[in-house]
Amino acid sequence: MAQSSKIWDELTTASESRILMLDGAMGTMLQKQNLQEDDFRGERFKDWPSPLQGNNDLLVLTKPEAVEKVHHAFLEAGADLIETNSFNATTISQADYDMSDLAPEIARAAAKVARKCADEWTAKTPEKPRAVLGSVGPMNKTLSISPKVEDPGFRDVTFDEVKDSYVGQMKAMIDIVDAILIETVFDTLNCKAAIAAAREVFADVGYEKPILISGTITDRSGRTLSGQTPEAFWTSIAHAKPFAVGLNCALGADEMRPHIEALSRVADTRIMAFPNAGLPNAFGEYDETPDDMQRQMLPWAEEGLVNILGGCCGSTPGHIGAIAKAVVDAAPRTVPTQKPTLRLSGLEPFQIAV
Amino acid sequence: MNTTQFINIGERTNVAGSARFKKLIVKGDFDKALSVARQQVESGAQIIDINMDDGLIDGVAAMTRYLQLLAGEPDISRVPIMIDSSKWEVLEAGLKCVQGKAVVNSISMKEGEEEFLAHARKVRDLGAAAVVMAFDEEGQAETADHKYEICERAYKLLTEKVGFPPEDIIFDPNIFAVATGIEEHNDYAVAFFEACKRIKANLPYARISGGLSNVSFAFRGNNPVREAMHSVFLYHAIPAGLDMAIVNAGQLTIYDDIPEELRERVEDVILNRRPDATDRLLDIAEKYRGDGKAKAQVVDDEWRKLPVEKRLEHALVRGITDFIVEDTEEARLGADRPLHVIEGPLMDGMNVVGDLFGAGKMFLPQVVKSARVMKASVAHLLPFMEEEKERLGTAGSSNGKVLMATVKGDVHDIGKNIVGVVLQCNGYDVVDLGVMVPCDKILAAAKEHDVDMIGLSGLITPSLDEMVFVGKEMQRLEMDMPLLIGGATTSKTHTAVKIEPAYKNGPTVYVTDASRAVGVVGQLLGEGKEGYSAELRADYKKAREAHQRGQSAKARLTLKEARDNPWMTDWDNYSPPKPTFLGTKTLKDYPLSELRDFIDWTPFFATWELKGRYPAILENERYGEAATDLFRDANAMLDTMIAEKWVKANAVYGFWPAGQTGDDIAIFKDEGRSEKTATFHGLRQQISKGANGKANYSISDFCAPVNSKGGGDYVGGFCVTAGLGEDERSNQFKEAGDDYNSILFKALCDRLAEAFAEHLHQRVRREFWGYAPDETFSGEELIAERYDGIRPAPGYPAQPDHTEKATLFRLLNATEETDVILTQSFAMHPASSVSGIYFSHPDSVYFGVGKIEKDQVEDYARRKDMSVEDVERWLAPILNYNA
Repeated sequence: MAQSSKIWDELTTASESRILMLDGAMGTMLQKQNLQEDDFRGERFKDWPSPLQGNNDLLVLTKPEAVEKVHHAFLEAGADLIETNSFNATTISQADYDMSDLAPEIARAAAKVARKCADEWTAKTPEKPRAVLGSVGPMNKTLSISPKVEDPGFRDVTFDEVKDSYVGQMKAMIDIVDAILIETVFDTLNCKAAIAAAREVFADVGYEKPILISGTITDRSGRTLSGQTPEAFWTSIAHAKPFAVGLNCALGADEMRPHIEALSRVADTRIMAFPNAGLPNAFGEYDETPDDMQRQMLPWAEEGLVNILGGCCGSTPGHIGAIAKAVVDAAPRTVPTQKPTLRLSGLEPFQIAV
Repeated sequence: MNTTQFINIGERTNVAGSARFKKLIVKGDFDKALSVARQQVESGAQIIDINMDDGLIDGVAAMTRYLQLLAGEPDISRVPIMIDSSKWEVLEAGLKCVQGKAVVNSISMKEGEEEFLAHARKVRDLGAAAVVMAFDEEGQAETADHKYEICERAYKLLTEKVGFPPEDIIFDPNIFAVATGIEEHNDYAVAFFEACKRIKANLPYARISGGLSNVSFAFRGNNPVREAMHSVFLYHAIPAGLDMAIVNAGQLTIYDDIPEELRERVEDVILNRRPDATDRLLDIAEKYRGDGKAKAQVVDDEWRKLPVEKRLEHALVRGITDFIVEDTEEARLGADRPLHVIEGPLMDGMNVVGDLFGAGKMFLPQVVKSARVMKASVAHLLPFMEEEKERLGTAGSSNGKVLMATVKGDVHDIGKNIVGVVLQCNGYDVVDLGVMVPCDKILAAAKEHDVDMIGLSGLITPSLDEMVFVGKEMQRLEMDMPLLIGGATTSKTHTAVKIEPAYKNGPTVYVTDASRAVGVVGQLLGEGKEGYSAELRADYKKAREAHQRGQSAKARLTLKEARDNPWMTDWDNYSPPKPTFLGTKTLKDYPLSELRDFIDWTPFFATWELKGRYPAILENERYGEAATDLFRDANAMLDTMIAEKWVKANAVYGFWPAGQTGDDIAIFKDEGRSEKTATFHGLRQQISKGANGKANYSISDFCAPVNSKGGGDYVGGFCVTAGLGEDERSNQFKEAGDDYNSILFKALCDRLAEAFAEHLHQRVRREFWGYAPDETFSGEELIAERYDGIRPAPGYPAQPDHTEKATLFRLLNATEETDVILTQSFAMHPASSVSGIYFSHPDSVYFGVGKIEKDQVEDYARRKDMSVEDVERWLAPILNYNA
């Protein structure tokens, strides 16, 4: 049975009259704190055999104050929803650091850190409750693409392995977070494994939490990395009945706009968008200023394309604050009703006449 | 969005329905099996049904493998997939491999409600639609009532107990065979239609599907009757509510096209309109079996009744030489002058050919055949024209004169010959100087024949330099005619950056392929030629600037950085396999029949500008007919080549103790590995691999170092030819005016040489080096380079330096053993020859060196004891800087 939190119910009501704000980038904000190998290791992992710098998720165990600082900054900027710092907290992704066994512990700690920050702000501004989304990332292994050029039929991971890994991550967070966010999806089959994992966890704990799903259009081809159009992506994951569907990462707001429009036309649920602060420059940095970004995204709100806005790589509390301010009076998109008909998809969408 | 009314589901990717598909899956030939799916999509299937249910096949493994391969084929996987099996575990395995929203075919209540609902929940959770069979604990429903009752019960269970979206339910109310001779079966189709109507009226959003071919099962072997039955069945089923059916997408007759007698009797059977319907259909069924062919034959001779001008046109378009002399003679007798036959009906016919070619309705092999007809006709007229010329002192007209040559040091001329033929078809005179033509001879001939332009062709990289040289000479001699550049290694960029600046007096044009040649030549000689030349200049200037910009943007590694990132393996724990002998062995006059199965046909079609993969190309909507004709001609010629030994095939191969020394490979006299007899030099990739972790390869990486603890390594070498006798035979064809067979023959020699290299490499792996004695790869797997070890050829991407062939030829004593010689540009003559170096390491791979920097060129020059300038000349195409 669904069991959404009081905070979530309030935000759902709010979503009918205004655009909800999501936070910005965790990774690039952590980078700015100039953390060193020792910060990542902390006392507990000071003798860990493999290098740990760059394992951002681990900071919730070894330097939680660094993560809290980012959460607070985004909450202060006006975020209604913050993401847990658990993007890579799965057994499969943590294998890069020989930390698979620690993945559930990291996920749980990430949920607690975010919960604490959000609750502090809810107490401070009760008229603006803050919710926590359990961040579920795409993993470093894909189910639809062969890692071997010479053998396109080869896979280095199975559907059940991916699903089980997600089950561990979600189970660790489910009782703490308000909703699950499956994000940065570049392979829809991984996403389908995550949806199956969520169902399994829901069945296990005896209640359900809302799911939000955000895909990634990797470049100007307008397709996901695994080759689907935004419409085909939606058809493939609609069975999750998500609270919202959207796109994030890889593109700046201007490049993302046509794909958000495409999704907005077909999806009978809320639309979310959290683009990067532009495309990375030659040094891998994001150049767009808060003003650039709000100027590009304000028309989306004015034209009724979106329900939830935020930022991905390169977006700072300054960006989120600017966008929040710009769209404060804009009406959210009205969720359309679609006539039921058989819809299928390969890389492209397919529907039989209504 | 692909929105549609009636959906064709492709049925050929089904082991139960297609013997060919089953054979491919049982054999494990998944590549060919993929082409079956591709062909289904190309012929209009909107969903493809995939079924692996067979006693000989591990269903879960085959379904998984096939779907995972399919995921990598965007032209197939763009459509939704129907995962078809009677086994739940196969359906579930399939669902775990598709990212799109698929259809499961099927689930039913035959094992009871509980299992049905458990499966339905999983289908829902994995995001798929489901075909639900009208099948319950009692069996498959046959009557309309029973069909509907089962569907209604399933619908209620699914929507009320499982929350299954009704729009994701597709009922299959069982299409059964009619006209079987059993009376109870006669009403099966009618029952199906009735059930469809009731489902649509009472079960909202549900869809209906069925397996169409079942209905005509009684007439298997008689496809025309079966197709008529399918067509009539659909004609009635679609209005009743059928939304989709599993059909052979390439094979549906149009209802209106069915002969009336047949249609009426089929309709009697389908609609069960009279008790004797089956017998009456049987009475006429034989009459329609295979009837299509006979009809085509009759039509074929009709054209002989046309007036002579139309007959000539028909012969030209169809490439038929059978009647050309008598038709030409008839036309000549009816014309004032023999020239009028050429300028009239023949040119008219060739214009039709040109238009069809331009519109993409005719293809190169057909055009070359047309040219053969044209030449035969002109040959008949020639004596009459000569005689007339002597009498009247007039000359024939021509659109212009083009000189063509393959440059010095290069022997490849198939492409050049095709361009020549196409130009001749369009009324140009072509002076063809052949292959290996030195610059001075080209320029002298241009003056002597007073040509309007010069066309240069070449395939190997050193030819690029030779073309620059020809351009410079034309400038120096103050010539100003247009210069055309073509051939496999040439490019617009090279032409713009290197050749055009060298020849400023006249226009220089890069011609991508034969189909462009006519347009280019026409514009260069036409009225607006000045404007066209100015356009070209501006265009090439742009190309040069774009190239300059690209240069500065591409970051390369220093040689040292590249060397710090070599391909590595644990040599100390790897024992290189030892060949069965050291030194060289020769195979003389190798049986051509052994090579035939190793031919890779895809490049053969590409030679003729038919682009697509074999065998799918034979079914290609655009090229299929042209490709099939060409393929038939090619195989007929191969039969004769083999039977009459038109060419001789020789090979030499050998193995030597070797060891990696830096980017080079030292070759030693014996196993002691102390006395060096030769060095194969390697070039290392300098592209920045960034974070992707790939190595910067050099071929030397694949040979163990001399002192490797795992044991000493070896490299092999080979040179094969299938071109001894090639020139003589192709010239005979050419002199007889038969360019089609001349080009066809050369293209086949070329394929046989490549096939020989493939075949010899397999024998090397199995027998001579012997490190893969049990290898059983088929032709396509060989083409896909599935085998262990590689055979890179000097002058090609992994080692782009052609001069390395000198070392290889010396070690093999190749010229003596095989009669293949190296030209001054290190091209092999005859052209249908292949040489290369063998490596055995299982993880060795083909790669491209790509662009290299000056630091490597200097280092390489030092290692090869050549001047930097010489190295820069040989490696010109891969320099990342302007030398």
